[in-house]
Formats: sequence, C-alpha cells, structure tokens
Amino acid sequence: MIDIKEKNGKSRLPGPEMLLIILLFLCIVFSASVGSSDLTVKDSFRIIAAKIPLVGKHIDISDLKEVYIKIVWDIRMPRIIMAGLVGCGLSVVGAVFQGLFKNPLADPHILGVSSGAAAGATVVMITGIGMGMSGLGAIGAAAFIGAVITVFFVYRISCVGNRVSTINIVLTGTAVSTMLSSFISLMMAFNHEQIEKVYMWTLGSFSSSSWTKVIFLACMSFVCIAVILFFSRELDVVATGNDTAESLGIDTAKVKKILIVMASFLVAACVSVSGIIGFVGLVVPHSIRIMSGPKHRRLLPLSCIGGAVFVIICDTIARNAASPSEIPVGVVTAVLGTPYFLFLLQRSRRKLVA
Amino acid sequence: MKNLWRTMIGKAAAGERTKNGRETGIEVSGLSWQPEQGSGYILNDVSCMFENGKIYGIIGPNGSGKTSLIRNILRFVEAEEGRITLDSLELKGYSRKELAREMALVPQNTNMETSFSAFDIVMMGRVPYQERFAENSDRDREIAEEAMRLTDCYAFRDKAVSMLSGGEAQRVVAARAIAQDTGWLILDEPTSSLDVRHQVEIMEALTKLNREKGRTIIAVLHDINMASQYCSNIVMMKNGRIHSVGEAGEVLTAENLADVYEINFDMIENPGTGRKYYIPYF
Repeated sequence: MIDIKEKNGKSRLPGPEMLLIILLFLCIVFSASVGSSDLTVKDSFRIIAAKIPLVGKHIDISDLKEVYIKIVWDIRMPRIIMAGLVGCGLSVVGAVFQGLFKNPLADPHILGVSSGAAAGATVVMITGIGMGMSGLGAIGAAAFIGAVITVFFVYRISCVGNRVSTINIVLTGTAVSTMLSSFISLMMAFNHEQIEKVYMWTLGSFSSSSWTKVIFLACMSFVCIAVILFFSRELDVVATGNDTAESLGIDTAKVKKILIVMASFLVAACVSVSGIIGFVGLVVPHSIRIMSGPKHRRLLPLSCIGGAVFVIICDTIARNAASPSEIPVGVVTAVLGTPYFLFLLQRSRRKLVA
Repeated sequence: MKNLWRTMIGKAAAGERTKNGRETGIEVSGLSWQPEQGSGYILNDVSCMFENGKIYGIIGPNGSGKTSLIRNILRFVEAEEGRITLDSLELKGYSRKELAREMALVPQNTNMETSFSAFDIVMMGRVPYQERFAENSDRDREIAEEAMRLTDCYAFRDKAVSMLSGGEAQRVVAARAIAQDTGWLILDEPTSSLDVRHQVEIMEALTKLNREKGRTIIAVLHDINMASQYCSNIVMMKNGRIHSVGEAGEVLTAENLADVYEINFDMIENPGTGRKYYIPYF
C-alpha cells in the first residue's frame, strides 16, 4: 500500500501528481455538465475550452445555445472554481497546522478563524448593516474582518514574550471559538427569524459564487500558498521538534509566525466566501500523507490538488442530490469524508501522525 | 556593513586557524541566566572554557543547570548578563544557519511522533548546507549513510521513526548530529535510553570522531563512570554554579562527588588497567 519510496532519492514517480491533476480536470468538466439542465460532458468541455485564451479561438461553439454557455460559464464555473480553491486552501492549511502544532488533530478551524468569521457574518445578517454592498458582499466582508480580528486576538494572547507557544495558541483558539459560538447562539436566540439563514451559512455553501469572489480568493490563495510552499523544508524540520529545528539553523519563532499568519489569512478568505466547511482540512492531508509520505514538499502541493478534487465532488453532490433544493456542502464533506477516511485508516498500516 | 565586517573577521580568523592550528574554542564568562524576568536565576555567574579538540563531560545533579548551560551555548536562549564567544566571536554575531554549521545537538528528548524514516531524519542534518528547494546531493547522502553506520542505525534506515524504540531513536538522532558535520558536537544525555552495549558504542563513536576528525565534544552525562572513561575534561555543576572544572582525573574525586551529589562514593582502581570506577553507597 504505502508509498512511492525514494529508494535512491532520484527517480520519483510522478504518478500521484499526474493522476490527481487528470482527476481534477475530469471533475471540473463533469461537474460543469450536471445540474438542473443537463449538458453532455463533451459540450461542457467545449464551452470551457472556448473560454481559455489562445486555445479558445479555435473552438467553435456557435452551435450551442447561448443559455447553455451562460449556465456553464457564468453560473457553474465560478462555483466549481471556488469550491476547488476553498478545498485547496483548507487542505493546505490543515497540513501546515498538523505539522506546525505536531498534532494530527489540528484542522484549519483550530485557531478560531472560522468562528470569528461566523460571528462577523452573523452580525451582518442580523443587523442588516451594509447589505446593499456588491462584490465580496457585506456578509463575506464581515466574515473576513471577523476572522482576521479573531486570529490577531488569539495570536496576541498566546504570545509569551517574543515567542508563540503552540499549546497556548491551540488552547486560546479553542477557548475563543467556544466563546464566539455562544455569542452566535445568543444573537440567534434574540433574532428567531434569522436563525435559518445564520445556521445555513455556518454549514457552508457555494451558492453565492461569482467571478468577483473567485478572483479575490484566487489572489489570496496564490500569495498565501506560495509563501507556505516556500517554507516546506522548514516545516519538515519543525515537525520533528523545536530545539532540533533551531540546532539545524532554522529560526523557529519566525517560521511559526509567518506560517500562522499566512495560513490564517488563507482560511479567513476561504471561510468568508463559503461559510464553514469542516472536515476537509483534516481528512485530505491525512489521506494524501499516506500516499506522499511526510515530506511537505510533496504533501503540500498534493494536498492542494486533492482538496480541490474532494470539495468539487462534494459540492456537485450538494447541489444535485436533492435537486431542486441544495444540501449544505459541509454536510456532504463530513458524510462522504468520514467513511472514506476510516477506510484509509483501516487499510494503511502506517501510523497516522503529522 | 556589520555582516561584511563579520565575514572579514571570520575569514581572517579562519586563515589564522589553518596557519597556527589555533582555535580559541567556546568561552563562557560571567553568565547568569533566568528563564523570565524575576523567575530566579538558573545559572549563576558561570565561567568556563571549552577548548578545541577535547571531550568534555558536564556532570552534576538534576536541576544543577547542565541543560541550561548548553541551551545558552547553542543560543536557544540568550542571557542578559555575561557573554559567550565561539572562536573569539560573540555568539550573537553568528546567524542561526552559521551556528548550525558550527555546533550540532543531540537533545535530551529524542522521541519523534512523525512518519519520517530514520534516513530522512539523518538527512535533515544536511539542512544547514542546502539551498532552499535543493535536492539532496550524492555527497549529502554519503555523509548521512556514513553517520548511520557509525551509530549502528543503518539497518533500520527506512523505518518510520515513530516506530523505533527509545534507544534506536537516540542513535538516529546522534547520526543526524554527526551528519551535520560540525566542529562541535553537543549532547544532552546521549546515552540515557541506551543499553550498555550501545552506550559504549556511542561513546566509542564520539571518541573516534574526536580523535580522527578533531571534533570537540560536550556531553551532559549522568553516568559518572562513562564520564571518567571517555571524557578528557569535566565541568562539574551544582545549584547553577560551576563547582569545579579541569581534567577528568582531578575533578572526579570522591570528595567532589560527595559534595555535589550529597551521597558518598567509593573509588576503585583496576590494578590491571588503571581505570577508576565510582560506586555510590546506598
């Protein structure tokens, strides 16, 4: 089962990478073709290809109805890409936190980012402040701001001197999360008519996707993931212990700070466009780790693609399984992810550790 | 500018080293350290000199400041009072990466909950020399393999470290420190979870490194007999202060040991080999 061993360290099979990338494209095309108005996979592929610069000029889609082109490109594609980006972001952050906190249970929501976002979103939904805003939307903006403030707060509390204690930050994050959840419950209790809206938001959904949001998320993801990948070797060493990392010439305190800040921004961006989607950041990195081994240089990029595939599949199910209504995507990720995860856990003899 | 100055001094010093064969070693002077302001001093006015090419044993009871002293030497923490110099240059003047090319550590706790293989861990010893994103070179691999053979852990090179026993993990970590290829090897109880045979093997490997490659070794040891057998010099600590320093034979006396550990010792000399053995009274 285990993995592609680097026996002599030189010849690495590109197998899993290629497989996942192909799977990702298949998922995108397939997901774009299913829905309330069914298109053939071939047609949706042609529509997507026609929109790609350079290649697009050679593809003639004039035989397809304008409305189909609109459905695929303006309605389904932003949603699919956004699901992919969120899956990518959450999985990478999950992998980073598991390594950084040396805790296999760490997930992207552990520092309270998500409950901060939820609190921000709830305030806007209940008070209706700035609801007319366009672009990211008032709820998204409030969620982003809520998330960033929360992380900043958690981070400041858990700093001892110039250093961040990993145990402190995880405990503070959990405590602040719990407090914010209670605050949300309190607000819901006083505003019964908004309960459903808030509740559905916290379960996560991609139904409000737009190209504007995709661009926002893509920019954030690009910067944050690039920085995170830059530190993959440091993450390897830090995962084996702080003293060790320092004695190997790594400025542990600095690396931790940068990674926590980048990861938090990434989660904040994801949560602000999609609500809280659980389980992705926990399951995907662990599943990938079984395939890639513990080295972050392979684990992180593979988690990106794996996370995108997983969330795209989940969202396709979420919007089609109970058509015409939708299932919250957070429910699908957990319902689908758990059995798969348990299956992997059962099959792999490798201990699941960060 | 400061950097330039430092590299110039560094280069000059290096030149001098090769010419005269003279390195100044690590000098600790007047070091007092407390973990936090007002928490009380763990190290009190510690001054001692670690000369190049020797094997130092730091001994003393629990809480006497042995680990704190080496954490200061490795600059994991920085004391406000006193100073530490490495080859006449203040420790603060080195970057983390430069220090990692001078000193390697075998920490006290070598328990690792990761699925990295033993070889991956030893390979990390090469990190201070590698460019970001660089692949492991053949030379890196050779050095790592040699280090693993030296500490007898080549046999389980592909095993995940989380599956290793305490002693096996300790040997893997020792191999990593050796692969770091530094002039100084600093070990915090390197033999604490080893059986007698592997204790001796590690100590022999260190002696060999010292003799053949001129590595200077500083080891915190609990086993007084190990210290007397393998160390040329001893730093004896008590209550955050240096109790006595000097050559092993001078420092390891029944009186000193009784004074530091507050328990009486018998010293027996093997008439055949002249080796000394220390036996505590129970």
